[in-house]
Amino acid sequence: MGSTLFEKIWDQHSICDLGDGNELIYIDRIFLHERTGSIALKSLEERKVSIRNPNQVFATIDHIVDTFPGRGDKTLVPSGSDFIQSLRASVKGSKIHFFDIDDPNQGIVHVVSPEQGIALPGITYICPDSHTCSLGALGTLAWGVGSTECEHALATNTLIKKKPKLMKITLDGILPLGVTSKDIILHLISQHGADGAKGHAIEFMGSVIEDLEIESRLTLCNMAVEFGATTGIIAPDNKTISYLEGKAFSPDENDFNKARDYWSELKTDQDAIFDKTINIDCSNITPYVTWGTNPQQAIPISHSIPFVDQIKNENEKEAMIRALEYMGLEQGQSINDQKIDAAFIGSCTNSRISDLRSAAKILKDKKVANNITAICVPGSSQVKKQAEEEGLDKIFKSAGFEWRESGCSMCFFAGGESFGQNQRVISTTNRNFENRQGKSTRTHLASPMTVAASAIAGKISDAKSIGIEQ
Amino acid sequence: MKSFKTFSGIAAPLIRVNIDTDAIIPSREIKTVSKKGLSVGLFAEWRYLSLESKKENPDFILNQEPFKKASILVTGNNFGCGSSREHAVWALSEWGIRAIIAPSYGSIFYSNCIKNGILPIVMDERVISSMSVYIKENPEENRLTVNLIKNKVSYSNEIVETFVIQKQDKEFLINGLDQIEQTLQKNSIISEFEKLHKKTNPWLNASWKSTV
Ligand code: SF4
Repeated sequence: MGSTLFEKIWDQHSICDLGDGNELIYIDRIFLHERTGSIALKSLEERKVSIRNPNQVFATIDHIVDTFPGRGDKTLVPSGSDFIQSLRASVKGSKIHFFDIDDPNQGIVHVVSPEQGIALPGITYICPDSHTCSLGALGTLAWGVGSTECEHALATNTLIKKKPKLMKITLDGILPLGVTSKDIILHLISQHGADGAKGHAIEFMGSVIEDLEIESRLTLCNMAVEFGATTGIIAPDNKTISYLEGKAFSPDENDFNKARDYWSELKTDQDAIFDKTINIDCSNITPYVTWGTNPQQAIPISHSIPFVDQIKNENEKEAMIRALEYMGLEQGQSINDQKIDAAFIGSCTNSRISDLRSAAKILKDKKVANNITAICVPGSSQVKKQAEEEGLDKIFKSAGFEWRESGCSMCFFAGGESFGQNQRVISTTNRNFENRQGKSTRTHLASPMTVAASAIAGKISDAKSIGIEQ
Repeated sequence: MKSFKTFSGIAAPLIRVNIDTDAIIPSREIKTVSKKGLSVGLFAEWRYLSLESKKENPDFILNQEPFKKASILVTGNNFGCGSSREHAVWALSEWGIRAIIAPSYGSIFYSNCIKNGILPIVMDERVISSMSVYIKENPEENRLTVNLIKNKVSYSNEIVETFVIQKQDKEFLINGLDQIEQTLQKNSIISEFEKLHKKTNPWLNASWKSTV
């Protein structure tokens, strides 16, 4: 019997069996950010435990830092600068690779990591952040951990882990024009529930995966955690290999050839067995948007919000009623044409250059509707630079979007900037939880194209339905 | 860490599905680089009428007597989904929660619980439903008894439910061990593995060759 991609990487990193299904797993790389990394480092310092291999550790500032032009350590987040300064103080003098606020490679941890070649196929990689699963797009065995587990990994280069169950998701068919990996993942979660992949690591495969560019794969894997999965992974292919060539932390020439040989073979065997399989024909997927307060409460833009009676489970029913109340929406109502107050393009889900390009295509020579707050926050300083070289910033600005420095920004509300009470926001982020983007803010998740089209229309709109061709 | 064996406590039913870590502790309630002082922020959005004044919302269950003294939380599936912030667990623990009973958990949250001495019990939705009726009936009297040694939760005189937990997690909770110290004792095995690992995957070292 063959093995899966996940098992191959897992077995290669298993140091020893600890009994009861637990294994001691070697961790190749660790990435930290100021929100949760600062506490892990500080706690180790207090315990006088040293970091085993600081050279395998990376850190960036993304969560708390402001994204206004001319920003510094001071932030609108109450006592936010403590987190920034605490991380900086901890990495100072160590061999940790640090992307400070003014570093040209600073950015959101899950954007910087592939961009710099820090996440690589076949390695194990952790970060105290739930969206670490994004990196599975490169064939990296990557998952989010808590601070205590992160401390363990920093101190020992290992984690004690039980192998999760394995799920295969095959995406076949042909993705229609104007439909993105964001729509696929929203479709998937809406069909199978926010805990549909609980306890499983997912491998995505199929013709649609082969067609997807690396950045779209990152978007797909980013939301594996929103599907309840431990992580998601995609086998490396030629696209992965050329994407990684020449990146700052990718192997250099000589080693790259050796790596290429290894990566090219790194895939699931034909006869490998998964615990669960889901097949999706992507040919019929249309642009999706969420209407509720959980990513599973998503529908095609052309559909109406379901009726409460359609839900069988009592608890789910109650959750639906709560969600509708929070969102200021009614059951059975159509979501298309719902008026919005703001549009947000950013976050580790959809803030890479291809995301900005696809939004800019729609915004070109157009203006956002009156009274709409529209904000674009590039995922990294590199993405921002690239976008400016291509003149995308001008398109965003002349359409009426604010153009920001990179960071997590208004993907989550930490007490700083927010959209305001009861404001309806269409957003390229990954979580539409209550109060996630601000006190009583109503978040609708969608793709960058849908967000751009909705900003122009002033209401939730599919790019196609408002007559915009990509 | 405190060791966990058996205890009885008041249980608060908070039956909602998909309670995420943002709801358990909103990000803006995390104000210092510390694992302490977080219980004030627990369920802040639901617990207070105004976050500024921290005036309690009398409708929220944990503000009501005797649930104010609850040490067990009985809740809906996918509890603790969302952000990896361990602050959610630190806040629950500081507030006084020692065990949670839910049909399922966010996976990072689950292991965060184990690492911080909170017992996350998995139970069927139907069992949870009848359990919550019972605890609501007479919360002061109708305490739940959790016995980790025997994998049992008992309520009323007759009903005893068993639960499943990984042996290692159980031992960890019972003994209140420090995992880092334990693993550090395996340092020589790790080093040996590491040497071979880097030798067979020379490309893995490439990046740090250029930066050291
Ligand atoms: S962009 Fe949002 S989801 Fe991504 S790491 Fe930052 S806060 Fe988390």
